[in-house]
Amino acid sequence: MEQSFDLGWIDYSIMLIYFIFVLGIGWTLKKYMKSSTDFLEAGRSLPAWITGLAFIATNLGALEVMGMAASGAKYGIATVHFYWIGAIPAMIFLAIFMMPFYYNSKARSVPEYLKLRFDEKTRGFNAVTFAVMTIFASGISMYALAMLMETLLGWDFNFSLFISAVIVLVYVYLGGLTSAIYNEVLQFFLIVVGFLPLVIIALIHIGGWEGLKTSLDVVAVNNGFEAGAYTESWRHMGSPESNPLGVGIMGVVVGLGFVLSFGYWCTNFLVVQRAMAADSISAARKTPLIGAIPKMFIPFLVILPGMIAIALTSDPDSGFALPIKGEAYDFDKTIPMMLGHYFPTGVLGLGLTALIASFMSGMAGNVTAFNTVFTYDIYQAYINKSKSDKHYLRVGQLTTIFGILVSILAAYVASLFNNLMDFLQLVFAFINAPLFATFLLGMFWKRGTGHGAFFGLLSGTAAAALHHGLTIPAGAMTLVKGGWLGTIVHTYPSEMAQNFWTAIYAFITCFVLTMVISSLTKQLKTDDQLKGLVYSLTPKEKEEGLKWHEKPVTLAIIVGIISIILSILFW
Amino acid sequence: MGLDIRYPIGFLFSIIGIMLTIFGLITGSNAEMYHRSLDININLWTGLGMVIFGGFMLVFAYRTTKKKARKKKE
Repeated sequence: MEQSFDLGWIDYSIMLIYFIFVLGIGWTLKKYMKSSTDFLEAGRSLPAWITGLAFIATNLGALEVMGMAASGAKYGIATVHFYWIGAIPAMIFLAIFMMPFYYNSKARSVPEYLKLRFDEKTRGFNAVTFAVMTIFASGISMYALAMLMETLLGWDFNFSLFISAVIVLVYVYLGGLTSAIYNEVLQFFLIVVGFLPLVIIALIHIGGWEGLKTSLDVVAVNNGFEAGAYTESWRHMGSPESNPLGVGIMGVVVGLGFVLSFGYWCTNFLVVQRAMAADSISAARKTPLIGAIPKMFIPFLVILPGMIAIALTSDPDSGFALPIKGEAYDFDKTIPMMLGHYFPTGVLGLGLTALIASFMSGMAGNVTAFNTVFTYDIYQAYINKSKSDKHYLRVGQLTTIFGILVSILAAYVASLFNNLMDFLQLVFAFINAPLFATFLLGMFWKRGTGHGAFFGLLSGTAAAALHHGLTIPAGAMTLVKGGWLGTIVHTYPSEMAQNFWTAIYAFITCFVLTMVISSLTKQLKTDDQLKGLVYSLTPKEKEEGLKWHEKPVTLAIIVGIISIILSILFW
Repeated sequence: MGLDIRYPIGFLFSIIGIMLTIFGLITGSNAEMYHRSLDININLWTGLGMVIFGGFMLVFAYRTTKKKARKKKE
């Protein structure tokens, strides 16, 4: 930001009231934290609408909000592929096919499911990489929030970091996962109420959807695409060169829509944990589906402002322009710039509070997932096996403090080494890419063995690294972007295309090798041990007592139809 | 969990909503201030929207509480 916002007393009052409520929720929940299950699994007692909203809100962190707006400005409406094809199908699959195994097995976390289904080493690998990953994600969130507060509000970086860490620490320490989930629901509504006025005003300014289309047609032609490339999501996907994403239809459907999206939504404990906190199996299955309903419409809240921002920037008379960074626009500034441009004092405070809320709930989400995995899958599994439940409740609470402290450390590391952060995110992408293959084979192929899963995962990760080392996206400047093995086999038109294909190769490698190694090794688990963990060995779920309109399948069909209609409308 | 999340959401939205509504009414005549939001009194409208939403949340939460209390009696 070139200059910080001019905030009045009302803006600060709104922020202060929000902080008081957040801490108050933690304080009220404190007296219900009696066991480790209460603290780390929310007592498995929450209704579906709460876990459903938390399910998507935990993904709707501020980095996501600002990142999606930036992508909207950079790629136009093609960014919706991260929603309608890149999230909804995976959420439906999780709800209908996978959730029964997660919820009905005695697993308390995703790594623990891997232990029950495969073996100790597969769980250990997943638990440790996940723990490190969530802490860094929380640290990056913290760093980004402190940067934003420094530039927008003129607050000191260290002070901003400290205050946000303390608030998150207090409310997670007091109320555990429930506190985090409640604040995610609160944050979800704040984001809606903070961004809806922005979208409405900006749309009026640009002349509605038609006006936006006319402006973006000019932008598209100026950037060397057909008119419509920024406002039609599928029509220009035929070849990577004809759309701003630089990705073809195979990359989008298989890479993003299948491997990456199923890997994220179906196996990432951060989101799956929300569904596992539901009060019944049918509530757990409905969690991703209820989350899917707002998820389908979030693009209008976060991508539209980005699209409008680039349209306004291209019109010199609009009075709005994105700042320039290097040779391109600084797309990451889209949201703060738009808020500052349209919002007078009052709603400006509300918009900023919504952003701060989503930063903090992003941090809290990671910290609670870390807590559970650390306490159950690392501490209880390897350090101190048979203690009383009181002991593990205490460990869970202390892990909160430990997790926040390490996040602060990670935030400072992020501020020192920009490339190190890119590098770490890359490594985690390698680890995540093949994971869905392991789960798919674990849940639907009873022959899959522990050795097969473990070595399949390792080689999938290695395949991702190898593919990344042998290819580069066009215009790559650093080795973090790829090509570090010296020989370049293929050049992708964009970084996104490279990412999608890295995921595809990792998935195939893991899938094939897990099958081959499983066939060559002995299945050490008996059919009885795999009951409830594998599809063919689990008795079919009976949904007696549920009327047809209460069944998850009905909801899944409705969600599917709406997202198809939306895709056609913006074809 | 013992706390119905609709209460804190309802109260938070009502309080901030009332603040924004009053602030919007007071500053409504300040044309310069609302020039950036296309001369729309966005504080007033957002505030009203929040009050309505917050109110709904509180009504629903209150109805559930009453229903639970009645069940306990029986």
